Amino acid sequence: MEFFRLRSDIPFMRYAPVLNAVSLLLFLVALAAVMVRGLNLTIEFTGGTLVELASSQPIALEPLRQTLTTNGFPEAQVQHFGSVREAIVRLALHREESPEAITDRLRALLTARHPEITITRAEFVGPQVGKELVTNGVTALLLVVVGIILYLAARFEWRFAIAAIIANLHDVVIILGFFALFQWEFSLAVLAAVLAVLGYSVNETVVIFDRVREKMRASRGQINLAALLDHAITSTMSRTVITHGSTLAMVLSILLFGGETLYYFALALTIGILFGIYSSIFVSAALLMWFRVTRETLIRPERKKEEAVV
Amino acid sequence: MNRTPLWKAALILAVVLFGTLYALPNLFGEIPAVQITPLKAASTWNTTALKTQLESVLGEAGLTIQGFQEEAQTLSLLFAETDTQLKARDRIDSALNPDPQRPAYVVALNLLPAAPAWLQAIGAKPMYLGLDLRGGVHFLLEVDMAGAIAQRLDAFAADMQATLRAERIRARQITRQGNAIIARFADGETANKARTVLAKVFVELTFDLDETADGPRLVARLTPSAEKTIRDFALKQNITTLHNRINELGVAEPIIQQQGANRIVVQLPGVQDVAKAKDILGRTATLEVRLVDDTPGALEAAVSGRVPSGTELLYDRTGRPILVKREVVLTGERLTDAQPGFDSQTNEPAVHLTLDAAGARIFRDITRDNVGKRMAILLIDRGVAEVVTAPVIRTEISGGRVQISGAMTTSEARDIALLLRAGSLAAPMRIVEERTVGPSLGKENIERGVKATLYGFVAIALFMILYYELVGLFSVIALFVNLVLLVAILSLLQATLTLPGIAAVALTLGMAIDANVLINERIREELRAGVSPQLAIAAGYDRAFDTILDSNITSLIAGLALLIFGWGPVRGFAVVHVLGILTSIFSAVMFSRFLINIWYGGNRRITRIRIG
Repeated sequence: MEFFRLRSDIPFMRYAPVLNAVSLLLFLVALAAVMVRGLNLTIEFTGGTLVELASSQPIALEPLRQTLTTNGFPEAQVQHFGSVREAIVRLALHREESPEAITDRLRALLTARHPEITITRAEFVGPQVGKELVTNGVTALLLVVVGIILYLAARFEWRFAIAAIIANLHDVVIILGFFALFQWEFSLAVLAAVLAVLGYSVNETVVIFDRVREKMRASRGQINLAALLDHAITSTMSRTVITHGSTLAMVLSILLFGGETLYYFALALTIGILFGIYSSIFVSAALLMWFRVTRETLIRPERKKEEAVV
Repeated sequence: MNRTPLWKAALILAVVLFGTLYALPNLFGEIPAVQITPLKAASTWNTTALKTQLESVLGEAGLTIQGFQEEAQTLSLLFAETDTQLKARDRIDSALNPDPQRPAYVVALNLLPAAPAWLQAIGAKPMYLGLDLRGGVHFLLEVDMAGAIAQRLDAFAADMQATLRAERIRARQITRQGNAIIARFADGETANKARTVLAKVFVELTFDLDETADGPRLVARLTPSAEKTIRDFALKQNITTLHNRINELGVAEPIIQQQGANRIVVQLPGVQDVAKAKDILGRTATLEVRLVDDTPGALEAAVSGRVPSGTELLYDRTGRPILVKREVVLTGERLTDAQPGFDSQTNEPAVHLTLDAAGARIFRDITRDNVGKRMAILLIDRGVAEVVTAPVIRTEISGGRVQISGAMTTSEARDIALLLRAGSLAAPMRIVEERTVGPSLGKENIERGVKATLYGFVAIALFMILYYELVGLFSVIALFVNLVLLVAILSLLQATLTLPGIAAVALTLGMAIDANVLINERIREELRAGVSPQLAIAAGYDRAFDTILDSNITSLIAGLALLIFGWGPVRGFAVVHVLGILTSIFSAVMFSRFLINIWYGGNRRITRIRIG
């Protein structure tokens, strides 16, 4: 079986200017969404209390809300979680009462008033811990960005590194944009997914760059950069679709069967993978074109390679 | 020709065999068990009688024991399901520990691997499941370091006062202000003299002299190393206290770890009663010094039930009875430090205590009046008093530096010092994070994770075989080997597997297939260019390798960043992600090549590779 038996290269770069404009627009919209609406951070980051409930009967939310409102938790958020037999109660940090005391009070109240409901999970996070998580998350993101730039700069050339990282940050911002726009829950696991995407979608860029370098080294004289990029993308097209298809199959499987806890994690990965393909082709490759990489800029890293042993 | 050299083939097979063996225990799962350990190392550990007793106790309650398992000083009862296990634990606890104040046994919930004995003999264990998969309580405790330091400085301030008084140097005022102790003097000469004296005694402090509008003052601060020691102590001693208390909670595999500079993680798998757990963790132990009643015959009378008035019958750690007077001489607040060490003359192991000024005065009076008698130091934890040590007073002790020595080993000295500190200096701790996961949720999480991975794997396998035919099948086998190796390494490392960790297993497999797709596409490309099959295989693997390496290294960078900065469940994700990238290089490149070499490598004249 073969999906792609392409006789000639697809002129991707011809569409680059238009799509770059679209990308820029998307990027700005996503950025605006994050700025204006902000991320719906879970209590892991903000601090607060979360209690997950389960019952053998469907849980009616209204009486539950009533109980909470009339017993000192007017700001409690109550939602179904996964199915109607499960529910989740969220409480933001309180200025006077420690989250620990709140959690204990909530636990006691629910046990007393709704004996039919069992508490399957209860968490609280103090404000300091949450703040540190935000700092750690940002630090991790920066570390990944710097690490990837350094590695690609050493392995290829700085222009390649910059092109790759811009393309991938573009993906990250778009994922964040989705989460801000739809106010999906942004948890620690989603942050992990975002960072994994950052490492993963660089792969795609690297594969294309590898081809570009290979062709540049092989060619003599004047190179038509756009044609070369088109060729690199077309010849790796099959691999791109199959690889990402496979990864996506796995991620969709997590999305469908992994349960509520992994849902947004898988969703972030799905968006990341789809945009990863797009940005590798139309952002990073196009950036290479704008940066005008030439054979000379790449000559330096030519290393001695051992002949294949056959 | 594409042949795998013999050494390489042997190595590959060895790795795969090793992986299979160590991944195997996970297939057997775990058996719910109740683990019974005597609290005091008893020489009369007779399990036969115990077994009969337990069988009848549980039989009455209609609970069936599936079997017994014995280790040194531990008896485990196996049950069919967690529900029975929970009920059995409560029954056993009330049967073996009729007096909850003085328990004789630790009765704990545990999960024992169900793998056959030979697997356990080579150290193969199933993966260690995180709390989100097995249920339990997680606490993050923060030690109040500012409080610990302030406490210590207050003690220093009192001591400085006493030292100056002894040297007849008049200080106008000595107070603690934030992280400094400030002593004011009438004139510069006195201040200077005070500085010389204090600097000699208090090596943990630095002294600065400065002139202010209302006279000279001496500013004392902790040296950085002294401050670090206080922090380390506060943390270590809190961890010790936690260990002692959690033993009483009956948790088979508690995790108590330092996290960062001032936090402690406590994970109690299987514990559902959060209120009780918090109660036990939250209490502070106190320390009391009282005199021992050594009146002849009094102890014997007390043991037989006639405790003389004004005294109390207590026990030491080994269970020996001691009759102690009710009157409290000193409390732990007066103790500022307890360190293990050696007697400067006899070189015997000893514990050095430091008392504050008020404590030193009381201690001097008491020791002067009671030379030759014994003094007991009690640790009162959760309302139960226990005699830590009961030394004989040899002479009058003044100055607040006390040494307890004689008839103890170095490790005993260390334990006693630790216990004394736990009862006196405990820096306050508070819970800053709490997570409780019910056991059913944990089970559900495992099922979901496994299902997601399985379905994803099947989808990829079907596609690869349809698309790349035989070579695709080799890729799928390689991917499966990747899974086996990953599980084996996780089991071997006993790294904590969390739900995000299972997701990482799935994701890693989804990403790892990339390497095989790259290779297969390259082979196809070479074949299309008219290269002979054997050369196409070699070229495909060689050319794809650079790309595979590059793309894996970028993933590895992201994985390592997560590993360094990730917390809790995300750390689990990062561990699996990083390990998976490493195993995928082996399986996708080396193992799949090995399979192809076996199938196609030997025959020079093959004309076609079944690669679709």
